[in-house]
Amino acid sequence: MTKPKVAFFDFASCEGDQLQIANLEEKLLELLGHVEVVSFREVMKEDEDNYDIAFIEGSCTRESDEARLKKIRANAKIVVAIGACATIGGINSLKNTRPLDQVRKEVYGDKANLFETYAARPIDAVIPVDYKVHGCPIRGDEFLSLCKALLTGQKFTPPNYPVCAECKLAENVCVFEKGMSCVGPVTRAGCGACCVTEGAVCWGCRGILDDPNKNSHKEVLEKYGLTAEEVVNKFNLYFTYQGGSK
Amino acid sequence: MSGANLNIDLHYITRVEGHGNIVVDAKDGKVEKVQWQVPEAPRFFEAMVIGQKWDVVHHITSRICGICSIGHTLASLKATEAAMGIKISEQTLNLRRLAIHAENLQSHVLHIGYLALPDLLGVGSVIPLASSHPEEVKTVVRLHRLANEMSDLVCGRTTHPQRLIPGGFAKLPTEEELTNLKKRLLTAEPDVMAVAKLVKSLAPKLPSFTRETEYVGLTCDNEYAFYDGDLASTDGDREPVKNYLSWTNEYIVPQSTAKYTKRKRESLMVGALARFNLNHKKLTKKAQVLAKDLGLVAPCYNPYMNTVAQLVEVAHSFEDSIRLIDGLLADNSYESRVTSHESRPRQGRGIGAVEVPRGILIHDYTYDSNGICTKANCIIPTNQNHANIQRDMEALVPQIINKPQKEVELMLEMLVRAYDPCISCSTHYLKVEFKK
Repeated sequence: MTKPKVAFFDFASCEGDQLQIANLEEKLLELLGHVEVVSFREVMKEDEDNYDIAFIEGSCTRESDEARLKKIRANAKIVVAIGACATIGGINSLKNTRPLDQVRKEVYGDKANLFETYAARPIDAVIPVDYKVHGCPIRGDEFLSLCKALLTGQKFTPPNYPVCAECKLAENVCVFEKGMSCVGPVTRAGCGACCVTEGAVCWGCRGILDDPNKNSHKEVLEKYGLTAEEVVNKFNLYFTYQGGSK
Repeated sequence: MSGANLNIDLHYITRVEGHGNIVVDAKDGKVEKVQWQVPEAPRFFEAMVIGQKWDVVHHITSRICGICSIGHTLASLKATEAAMGIKISEQTLNLRRLAIHAENLQSHVLHIGYLALPDLLGVGSVIPLASSHPEEVKTVVRLHRLANEMSDLVCGRTTHPQRLIPGGFAKLPTEEELTNLKKRLLTAEPDVMAVAKLVKSLAPKLPSFTRETEYVGLTCDNEYAFYDGDLASTDGDREPVKNYLSWTNEYIVPQSTAKYTKRKRESLMVGALARFNLNHKKLTKKAQVLAKDLGLVAPCYNPYMNTVAQLVEVAHSFEDSIRLIDGLLADNSYESRVTSHESRPRQGRGIGAVEVPRGILIHDYTYDSNGICTKANCIIPTNQNHANIQRDMEALVPQIINKPQKEVELMLEMLVRAYDPCISCSTHYLKVEFKK
C-alpha cells in the first residue's frame, strides 16, 4: 500500500497547533512511518503539489488567501481544519466585532492601506472541510485519533456534548461555585475540561455545540445571579464568528 | 532546493506558505537587489484586545505565538499588574522565572535540534536524521520532551498556559512534582553535554561571517536577565523599560507586514546572542565553561553563532532551574501559599517586558477605570531583528556572490534560521528566489 501524502498549511494563526504535532515526539516519528509528509521547504510550483490529506491551521483573513485555499481543496482528497482559528474563526475573529478600517488604523496608522484584511473566518467559510480537530491549541492525542481513523478508512467524529460532562468526570469544582463565569455548558467537549482543571475557566475554544441547550445555560446563569451580559465577554473570545460577527 | 529562474508570483505564494522570503537579484556578478520580505497575514492583536477586560487580556495575547506563549502571557501579566498596581509574591516571582526557563529550554532545543542541526548535517529536515543519527535524535527528543513537561508542570500547559494569572498562579506545582523535576533535570545534564559535543564537532561548518551591530536586551545586576531588567545596549546605554519607545522606534516598510525597529544605528539584534554579548558574566559557571568550550566569546559579531548562544543558555537554564527549585522547596509552607485573585481594576497604563527565546518582548496596555483595555502596543522580538537580517544579507551577499547558487541559498537560509525568527520561517516555509 502506498503511503498517503499529507501536507500542512497555515494561514493567520500562532502555529501552536502544528507545534502540538511536533510535540508528539516519538509518536510523530511512528506516524511518519505510515504517511509521507510533503515538505514545503522546497520551492515548488502550486500545480506540482500532490497530496492526499491537507491539514490547515489558521483563519482566512484576506480575500487574496481564498484562491490558495481553493487550490488546496482541489488538490486534496481530504481537508482537515486544525485548531480554533481554522475550525471556528478563533481569537482572530475578535477583530470582526469592530470596524475594520479602525482596526487597521490602530495597528498600522497612516500606512493602513498597505495591509489587506477582511473579517476573519474559519476555513469552512471558504472551502468545504471534511474534518475538524478543535481546540486552542489542539490536543496531540486527538490529532493522532483522527490520523488513525483516516488511515484505517474510518470516520472521525468529535464529541457533541458539553465540556461540563468531562468537567464532572475530572472532579472539578464548578467554576460558577467559585464565583467565576464559564462557557463550558455550551462548548463542545473533547478537551477533558483541561482549562478548568488547571484553575482557569472554559473559554469555549472548541466552539459552540451543535444544538446547545441554551435554556439550561440560562438557568445556570440565573441560578448564580449572572446575566448574559456578564458572560458576554467570555462568549466573545471564541464565539464571535459562530455568534454572527462575520 | 530549486530557485533559479523561477517565475513565481512571490507575494502570492509566500503569503500562504509562511512568513519570509529572500529575494536576491544579481547581474554579471553585481548585486542589484537583496531583500528580506515578511508577507505574513497581519493579525491585529493590538486592536483585538481593545474593549477586553483586564483579566482576560493575557489569555488573548498569548495567542500571538504558539511557541513562546508563556513569554507572551508573562509580558502581558506584567503590563496588566503594573497598570493595576498588583504586587506578586517572591514565590510567584520564582515560579515565573522557572516558567521562563522551561519555555527557553523547549524553544531552544527545538531550534538547535530540529531546525538548525539538519543544515549542519547536510539534510533537509530532522526526519532522515532519525535513521542516520538515531542516538542524537533520541537525545534531542528526550531533552525537548523534558522541557515541554517542565512547562506543563509549572504553567499547566506548554502552549497557551492556564495557570498564569494576574497576581500569581491559579494552581501550583506540588512539592513532589518539583522534587521529581529537579531529579529529572539532574539526570538529563549528560544529554545537554551530548548535544554540546555534537554542536562543537559541527561548529566549523557555521559560516565565519561577521558584521558588528548593536545588541539589545534586558539586563540586571543580580542575574542573567530573563524575567526582569532594564533595557541595555552593547553601545553602552541603559534605561528603564518605560522608555522603550525610544529604543524600538517601530516603522513600516512596504515589503513586510511585520514592523521593523531601529535605535541609533540602522538596525539592532535581540535574542540569545544579544543577551550573551550583554550579560555573559552573569551566566552560571557551567554555562560559562560551555561557552568557552564552544568558542563563543563576547563580543561575538557572527549572527550564525546565535544557535551556539542558545545552547549556552540551555546549560544556564538547566542549572538555574535547579537553583530555583531548591529555593522554592526550602520554604516549608510552599504548598499552602495560595495566590489571591482578588483585585479591583483601576485606571492606568502598564508596561511589561521579558526576555523570550528570540529576544525582548514588550507589552504595553492602557486601561480605563473599569479595567477595560483602551490601548495596546506589543513589540515582538522577531520584528526587532528584521532590519538586522536585511543588513546582514546586504553585507553577506557580495562576499559570497561567486559561490555556486545552491551554496549561497543555503548560507542565506541558515542566516535567517540562525535568528530563529519563528518555527515556520526556520523550517518548512523559507523560500529563496534567485535572479541571475
